Amino acid sequence: MHDALFLPDLKGRDFPRKMKIPGLRSVTPSGKRSGFKPAKVSGFMAAPSTASRFGAITHDQTVLSAIVLAKHYSIHSGGCMQAELIDIRNHLLQHSPFNEMPEELVNRVTETIEIVYARAGTELLRINDPSKALYYVRSGAVEIFRRSGELYNRIGEGEIFGAFGLLMNKHVRFPATVLEDSLIYRIPAETFHYLFEQDEGFADYVEIEDRSRLRSAVSRREKSNQLMTSRVSRLISRKTVSAPYTVRLQEAARIMTENSVSALLLMEGEGDQARLKGIITDRDLRIRAVTEALPSETPISEIMTEGLITIPASHYIFEAMLTMLHNNVHHLPVMNDHEVRGVIALSDIVKYESQSSLYLVSNIYHQTSVKGLKKISLEVRDSFVRMVNEDANSHMIGSALAGIGRSFTQRLLELGEEKLGPPPVPYCFMALGSMARDEQLVVTDQDNAMILDDSFVAEEHDVYFLELAKFVSDGLAECGYTYCTGDIMATNERWRQPLKAWKAYFSDWIDNPQARALLNSNIFFDLDGIYGETDFAEQLKTLVAQKASNSQRFLAMMARNALNRTPPLGFFRNFVMEEDGKHGKHDKTFNLKRRGTAPLSDLIRIHALACGSKAQNSFERLDAIGKTRLILDDGIGNLRDALEFIAIVRIRHQALAIEAGREPDNNVRPQDLSPFERNHLKDAFQVLSDAQKFLKYRYNAQIARNVS
Amino acid sequence: MSLEDMDTPPSQPFANVPWPDRYQTLTEATNNPLLKAFYQAGCCDANTPLSQVPMVAIDFETTGLSATEHSIISVGLVPFTLEGIQLSAARHWLVKPKLALRQTSVTIHGITHADLEQAPDLVDILPELLGCLAGRLPVVHYRDIERPFLDVALRYRLQEGIQFPLLDTMAIEAHLHPDRRPTFWQSWRDQKPLSIRLADSRLRYGLPHYAAHNALMDAIATAELLQAQIAHHFGEQTPVSDLWL
Repeated sequence: MHDALFLPDLKGRDFPRKMKIPGLRSVTPSGKRSGFKPAKVSGFMAAPSTASRFGAITHDQTVLSAIVLAKHYSIHSGGCMQAELIDIRNHLLQHSPFNEMPEELVNRVTETIEIVYARAGTELLRINDPSKALYYVRSGAVEIFRRSGELYNRIGEGEIFGAFGLLMNKHVRFPATVLEDSLIYRIPAETFHYLFEQDEGFADYVEIEDRSRLRSAVSRREKSNQLMTSRVSRLISRKTVSAPYTVRLQEAARIMTENSVSALLLMEGEGDQARLKGIITDRDLRIRAVTEALPSETPISEIMTEGLITIPASHYIFEAMLTMLHNNVHHLPVMNDHEVRGVIALSDIVKYESQSSLYLVSNIYHQTSVKGLKKISLEVRDSFVRMVNEDANSHMIGSALAGIGRSFTQRLLELGEEKLGPPPVPYCFMALGSMARDEQLVVTDQDNAMILDDSFVAEEHDVYFLELAKFVSDGLAECGYTYCTGDIMATNERWRQPLKAWKAYFSDWIDNPQARALLNSNIFFDLDGIYGETDFAEQLKTLVAQKASNSQRFLAMMARNALNRTPPLGFFRNFVMEEDGKHGKHDKTFNLKRRGTAPLSDLIRIHALACGSKAQNSFERLDAIGKTRLILDDGIGNLRDALEFIAIVRIRHQALAIEAGREPDNNVRPQDLSPFERNHLKDAFQVLSDAQKFLKYRYNAQIARNVS
Repeated sequence: MSLEDMDTPPSQPFANVPWPDRYQTLTEATNNPLLKAFYQAGCCDANTPLSQVPMVAIDFETTGLSATEHSIISVGLVPFTLEGIQLSAARHWLVKPKLALRQTSVTIHGITHADLEQAPDLVDILPELLGCLAGRLPVVHYRDIERPFLDVALRYRLQEGIQFPLLDTMAIEAHLHPDRRPTFWQSWRDQKPLSIRLADSRLRYGLPHYAAHNALMDAIATAELLQAQIAHHFGEQTPVSDLWL
């Protein structure tokens, strides 16, 4: 009888589940939970007395007679309430996902409901409360918020909420507040999980719901925490202090002291015609004016910084933070077109969000020795874990950690120059790989190089640059950035060359591509100047962008290399595992970097090179690719979601290890993942696998068999 | 049935009874084991805030309005607190009336003779019914049905009645709207009196309309109404004795 009760055919319904979800995987009726299983009547859903009564019913009876019988029994002893609860049951039956469910299952749901009346303004769900129930709005309206306090969704009659917390981690992820006086049906967690197991339609519904949330969480990345929701204009607390750029040093210093500001904007022109010309900060005054003992009549224009990096007032604080981290500036003029709205300082952001990694960054610049830097580097991991717990996305975490790495490097270079004296010729210190891509995590080694001015003469100047490179490299190693095993560091003479030599390197790699050589130089195609004459690095980026897109052989060779690392997905959508030394023979794992994020960023790099893009960050590269017709929008979105998802699982895995006092790594055991994560990882790996097939086809790349 | 005419009924002066003491006295006085167990479960102290009071919404369908002339034909109840109403613990029974079913009440309740033929007598469900009420404060909409009907039914069957305090959502509405009958001027303007019926009272709180009228849905509707009334007009910290009758 129970088989009959739960067979979907009984109601003659087909699964309307061919819809294409804009998320990670398309949903087909033949999922993991194939069809309906007969419900266990002795489960929690039925009272024991009910179970024994149902047990007595023979198999050939129809649903109708079972319900009649249930009603009949309720006459004698109470218990089975579906006949009397018809109003509640019918309301559920009119709304998704219950309208797709066998009636008998809805009856059982009905009997577990707890009804709550809540006045407008009641906080129904608070963030991090344990998730105990699925909520169904019988009447009224409820607002769902993001962690940041931003409105996420409005739930009305017949809609559900709260599934995300139940699925994910048993804690409320999206707080809920009652908008209008509401009658709410609370469906207990046990019922929810029972339905999730028993009813494929229900499972798909709540998962799809969450997939669209996942998608929106991924695509609206700028909005998941405070730094991402507030605009920079919020940080402007005072009128701009400015002066004509023609003032003298002493006058500038007086204005700054009187107004107690750390930066003075210098304007050209008068009134409405005034344009921002330059900036002078107290750091400039300290370093340049005082240490160089400039006369107080020195025109300020001689020491001010020009060609300013500014930020539009409409940008988010998060973007201001990235701009500061990326460019190593501590003050950003905020602009409305040509009009200066104000200046924000690093310290403003630090004050705004004291937990932020910027606090760490500003501390880095206060250190006067490698020893001090080493001490601070111990906080990097805490900062990382904190960002993970604050629900930052992988882009923000990757950028922040890359920014921290940059800051260590920059400070070490400053200390090095203090120790060794000023450089004999101009140079640019260049970050490579994940730091250049703004995708650094806590387990990372140093990949760097030096571009020297073309006036460089090895015999005369290289002693200095070798010393400086050693100082930085050793310092970075002290701070936890281990030496590069491939010796891609500025200490290696090969990677400490004048600009013309670098141009020759890149020209050779692109014009005469060889698979094996490219495998080793792959990392140079993620590059960014982080100190000194960063324009040198820009010249290299331009050269690569111009040359690469025209060399099909180069792209084919790069693509061939990118296909060496495949996602850990078997023929039947199972994970392909590897043994790794640490976890022992019986604990097989797969590597989320080697088989996930790395091959993804490899293939994104190739498309970006083909598009002639100068972007380095994978997400920004995807934006650039999206502007061409190379990949369809859907494909771009899928790649973006896949990268974000694998990256964030990898990040969480590392954060958990750190919190548990273990050394973080990239090797994940499937049993450590939630079913939700496992499923979506498979989806993400499938995206990678499909994208690799496309890459092979697009660039006509045959897989190199002997390269490993 | 029309309750409009009956919202100021001749109620017993139950409000000022020291209920916990009364329960203790009754525990000792009764010889019936069911009633002894019921009273022994006790009654909450008069100062208990409403948020701490375990309650049970209860509704009877009857063959008429007079406890002495008419019979109970169905009983619905649902235990609840201000935190929530537990449908998993809800109960519903049909019971066979002592007196014949009149045609009019059949149309109201949709319960037929055939339904009731196989129904048990109230005495058969009494252990479970009193078990559900024990230790909980009954909540009804219109206090002159459930309490007097149960009292009379028990006197008839056990030769002993029953006493308990209760909350009456209709009395609360009556209290909230003392001037609900239109003045001469207002009736001339065709203004209708404000209704304190269950369905109409619920509308004022934005509670949904329930199509079905059975004892259990009405009990649930009453429990929801009380939650709304307390949320809007009294607050969870109100001592229970402010409202019990």
